[in-house]
Amino acid sequence: MINWKVLLVDDEKDFVLTLAERLGLRGIEVITAFDGEGALQILKNCRPDVMILDLMMPGMSGSVVLEKVKKLYPGLQVIILTGMGSTPEGTTGVDLCAFEYLSKPVKIDDLIDKIGRAIKKGSAVN
Amino acid sequence: MKPLNDMISQLVGIPAEDGAPKGYRTAKRNISILILVITLAPTIVMTAINYLEYQRSLKEEILAPMRALVNKTKDSFELFLSERLSTLNFISSAYTYDELADEKKLNRIFRVIKKEFEDFVDLDLINSDGTHISYAGPYYSQNGNYAGQGWFDQVKVKGVYVSDVFRGFQRFPNIAVAVQHIPNDGREWILRATINIEKFDNLISSMNLDPESDAFLINHQGVLQTKSKFYGDVLEQPPLVPPKSLEPIVIEQTDYLGRHVFLAYSYLNYTNFIFALVRPLPDTLKEWYISRAGLLISLLAFVVGIFLMVLKLTDITISRIKESDDKRLLAMREMEHSHKLASIGRLAAGVAHEVNNPLAIVNEKAGLMKDLIEYRADFPDREKFLNLVDAIIQTVERCRAITHRLLGFARRIDVEIQILDLNEVIKETLAFLEKEALYRNIAIKLNLDKNLPRILSDKGQLQQVFLNLLNNAFAAIETGGTVYVATFDRDEKMVGVTFEDTGQGMSDETLKHIFEPFFTTKKAGYGTGLGLSISSGIIKRLGGEMGVRSKLGEGTTFTIYIPKETLQQTGDS
Repeated sequence: MINWKVLLVDDEKDFVLTLAERLGLRGIEVITAFDGEGALQILKNCRPDVMILDLMMPGMSGSVVLEKVKKLYPGLQVIILTGMGSTPEGTTGVDLCAFEYLSKPVKIDDLIDKIGRAIKKGSAVN
Repeated sequence: MKPLNDMISQLVGIPAEDGAPKGYRTAKRNISILILVITLAPTIVMTAINYLEYQRSLKEEILAPMRALVNKTKDSFELFLSERLSTLNFISSAYTYDELADEKKLNRIFRVIKKEFEDFVDLDLINSDGTHISYAGPYYSQNGNYAGQGWFDQVKVKGVYVSDVFRGFQRFPNIAVAVQHIPNDGREWILRATINIEKFDNLISSMNLDPESDAFLINHQGVLQTKSKFYGDVLEQPPLVPPKSLEPIVIEQTDYLGRHVFLAYSYLNYTNFIFALVRPLPDTLKEWYISRAGLLISLLAFVVGIFLMVLKLTDITISRIKESDDKRLLAMREMEHSHKLASIGRLAAGVAHEVNNPLAIVNEKAGLMKDLIEYRADFPDREKFLNLVDAIIQTVERCRAITHRLLGFARRIDVEIQILDLNEVIKETLAFLEKEALYRNIAIKLNLDKNLPRILSDKGQLQQVFLNLLNNAFAAIETGGTVYVATFDRDEKMVGVTFEDTGQGMSDETLKHIFEPFFTTKKAGYGTGLGLSISSGIIKRLGGEMGVRSKLGEGTTFTIYIPKETLQQTGDS
């Protein structure tokens, strides 16, 4: 596969590591972070193609992270992957900024499909 | 102010909170009684005072003068009689028996008396055996014996006797008077005189009675002793016997002429006579009597009017109170209900979210296992493991469907108008009942209009209504029935949904009440009686209509019309 670079942010370590391994098996480079601060730290040094972000996290919440990321790196496409519902309802304020909303658990093929679209959109913008 | 309010509340028994029907009835009764007492008491007291005042003035203006007049005239009669008796007593004392027994002497004495009292008709001397001794007067002397006669015995016992009136010489009305004399030597005798009582008429006419009034003497047996203007001549018996009384008394009665009269009378001492005065009701009082009847009738009409009005007003007031109590109670229950739903929603959302995270881990782990098996071609029992992992992933997918339905339920709590596919909303609602339908062998047949336009409405509220109607349909079916759900495009403004069941149906009586709050046919503790009233409330708020058709034993059909566009209302639920 083409060398996609994905930043995966979620407080569930087991989930992050397993998903990272599965994406890795499919030739996608995955950088992992377990909270919002960690994710922002990583973004200072490297630039992934897509960011996959959970909303409900201890410390900095997903929506705050999304806001900051959109401010600092407007070109970066963000996919929200959360345990809450799959539609923007109840997540006021963030629906405009995220590329896509997905709800857990998600099928791996759906996720890869969305990542592909996000990257396509990102390259079109840049 | 508060203690007063409390006291009144306690007095009339207004039910404090969600009162039972009995409470309202008691309050109605008590309020009615209270108002009736307050309104009628003054009227009745005024009437009573008026009546008593009338009685008092009647006494002062009519009865007292009558009594005085009767007393005065009675005294005149008594004086007349006592003068005659004194005269006889004087003769008895002044002369000896022998002198009186001499008829010449007796005639001389009689002539002297006649000069003073011309109403003396004759004079008799009778000895103690009752034998007639001598006589002075216009008749011939009669020899005879009076022993054994009533008057003779009476004079021997009482010493004095006054007879009833009888017609004597030239048919003049006379009375006989007699006195007994007991001298010191013990030879007692009786002096008897006949007296013309034409003077009685003079005594009566000196009373100056008005032409309508009447006065007369009557004896204890009710025989007239003097002439009466209205009740007959001397010795006739008028239909009027005054009851016995020692005191002068006035009674009110209707005489045989139909006149309303006052009868005043008094018994005369030592005699068998009663003096009576009859005076008809004065004209002023007659008017009062007539108006008293009118007054009584109008008072009665007034009382009845007030009574009816008070009952009606109380009825209206109490039913208003009951209505507003019911409304408030319904609003409270509705709020409680939606609070409950909201907290269930929050709980469901929390659970769903918490379950989704571990579910995602299971999903990824299983996915990774599958990846590893697929990437290693020489994996032992490859097919079997792949099947196992697929089963895990499918199960996760099933759990996901459940948690997402829960999240959907949670979102419904928030009221919002959105674009909806009504068919989808119905399918989603039915998903909640699929399992129950399966267990109870209830078939659900959908007849959804594929071209149904999308509508602008509140998904959560509609789902609540649909769920309520479907639950009712399920409850109406024992086992093995069918529920038909259909959607259709009614007109430019409305779409329709029908829920039809083949359940037990409802009687007309039940149908009348089903939208009323707290009406339920379910056993106590199984239904709140709020489902349909809340549902119809929701549909009304959304601008729609809800109708029902049912037949006992055949089933029930609910029809809902929902506007295609519901305007977002502010400040409502």
